[in-house]
Amino acid sequence: MQFKYDLEGGNFSRAGHASSEVKKILKQLNVDARIIKRIVVALYEGEVNVVAHAHKGVVMVDIDEKRIYIRIEDEGPGIPDINLAMQEGFSTASASVREMGFGAGMGLPNIKKNTDQLNIESEVGKGTVLEMTTMISS
Amino acid sequence: MAQEQFYHALKVDESLCYGCTHCMFVCPTDAIRIRSGKASIRKDWCVDCGECMKACPVNAFYIEQDDFDKIFNYKYRVALVPVVMIGQFPSNISESEIFSVMRELGFTHVFQTEHTVDVINEAMINELNKHEERPLISAFCPAVVRLIQVRFPSLVNQIIHVKPPIDASAIFFRKMLQDKGIPDDDIGIFYVTPCAAKIASVKSPVGDDKSPVNGVINMDFLYNKVYQGIKNRGGKTSRSPGDNLPNLGPKSIGWSLTNGEAPYMKGRCLAIDEIHNVIDFLEKIENEEITDVDFLELRACDESCAGGVLVVGNRFLAVERLRKRAQLFKDIHGTPEDLIPYRDYLMGKLPLKPIEPRSILKLDEDMTLALRKMQQVRSLMCYLPGIDCGACGSPSCQSLAKDIVQREAQLSSCVFIQRMMEKHKKLHADHAIRIIEKTWGKDRLDKDCTKLGAKNEGM
Repeated sequence: MQFKYDLEGGNFSRAGHASSEVKKILKQLNVDARIIKRIVVALYEGEVNVVAHAHKGVVMVDIDEKRIYIRIEDEGPGIPDINLAMQEGFSTASASVREMGFGAGMGLPNIKKNTDQLNIESEVGKGTVLEMTTMISS
Repeated sequence: MAQEQFYHALKVDESLCYGCTHCMFVCPTDAIRIRSGKASIRKDWCVDCGECMKACPVNAFYIEQDDFDKIFNYKYRVALVPVVMIGQFPSNISESEIFSVMRELGFTHVFQTEHTVDVINEAMINELNKHEERPLISAFCPAVVRLIQVRFPSLVNQIIHVKPPIDASAIFFRKMLQDKGIPDDDIGIFYVTPCAAKIASVKSPVGDDKSPVNGVINMDFLYNKVYQGIKNRGGKTSRSPGDNLPNLGPKSIGWSLTNGEAPYMKGRCLAIDEIHNVIDFLEKIENEEITDVDFLELRACDESCAGGVLVVGNRFLAVERLRKRAQLFKDIHGTPEDLIPYRDYLMGKLPLKPIEPRSILKLDEDMTLALRKMQQVRSLMCYLPGIDCGACGSPSCQSLAKDIVQREAQLSSCVFIQRMMEKHKKLHADHAIRIIEKTWGKDRLDKDCTKLGAKNEGM
């Protein structure tokens, strides 16, 4: 079953829309609350990343009986050094983004912590693709 | 699915309900459907918030209360009165007048619900210090506790397991009377309730085996009796208001109002009232969009208990009176003297048992089936018009789709689908009318000039 959500760069008030919708779906599917929490946290961080850094993006979600696959694709500056970006506390967020309480450098590390499988591909000046897979049943 | 029975105080008077859709649309848990022209409440979905009752144009909802004469089954008849009851009366009527009339009505003791607030507050702070999870949520409002159980099951462990004033005070006053040599069977404690949720919490408690309260009297009912009593006696006192009536301080007076608990808790504390506001905020908490809050005071009613569905007076005026009153007694602090010797006893009785989640959102226990049902819902949504008119008897197209998948409704319940079916000669016009009558009642579409707003209304 597939779902798609659009993301708009700079619109922080909408960040959290996709994770909120995915949460509602997973609750209806009777997925364990702890697993829902991990997925929602990871997706929310992913959404905030796009909103904070990119021009626009799209979230594609695919759910089957075993797992949820989420692909976040954006058009944006890309990540020059993914290993560095994965370090806790590393952030390239602008001062204005930080003022809003975002940009603490916990985004990608938090996503990694809350997904079973994470894949990041990025091209500087073009954009980033984040793929997260999490098992929803044992 | 094994479902235990939940007691609900909210009932529909079928002789009054004319099957409009007001209640169905305002219900925050989508618990109402229209069947055979009457509102029907899904028991395990309802949280007793009372929104339906507030929205009903013909007062078809009522709140079942105990027969007043039931108090006379007990030798010692205790009225447990919340502060908002006092806030109903104009300020020229004194608290002692109110309470002496209540004693004339048959109560032997009149106690105030918020008497034990200080001890509860201490127990809540202890819990806040003991648990790491944030934010913790007050168990004060029974409608909120039930809302979390059914709509936010992942947050049940964040509810503070400390009993609210109604239970705490009932426990304390009962013990105090017992210590005076009164047998437990002779003590009847009756709570004067501002809302339906408190009644439900007495009749089928969450996180407790049995309520320490014996019965419930609706506040609007008692208000009328007391007000009449005060008017009739013209200032003459025939009975004293009773001995156990120390004045409450500002903390106790304000506790059941909005921002009553939050200022006395620790860390970053927020107070949120009105059920839709509460739902919005809980969504954010559940998504972990808000993580740096320590304590949440959540109340289902606008202006908290002053806005309860059984509260007769204007909620803003009641709050104003009570705030003035709190100002008047601003020097009263701490635990009331008579409660001090019972502090440890009460502390031991305050913990609630674990509160179980009981999600109403899941389409099926089995995830594979739930997934299939969701696919069916999404396919049905391709055909349903998305107008959310409610003419099918469900609150939205989405909920109709779910009802169909759960075999509780049919696609032809939708009036627009019916039109399309008629157009394609798949449905006879007479059959369409029969379907509508099934939802909205027989002869519902016949001319009727006595209905609300029609030319012979009420004749």
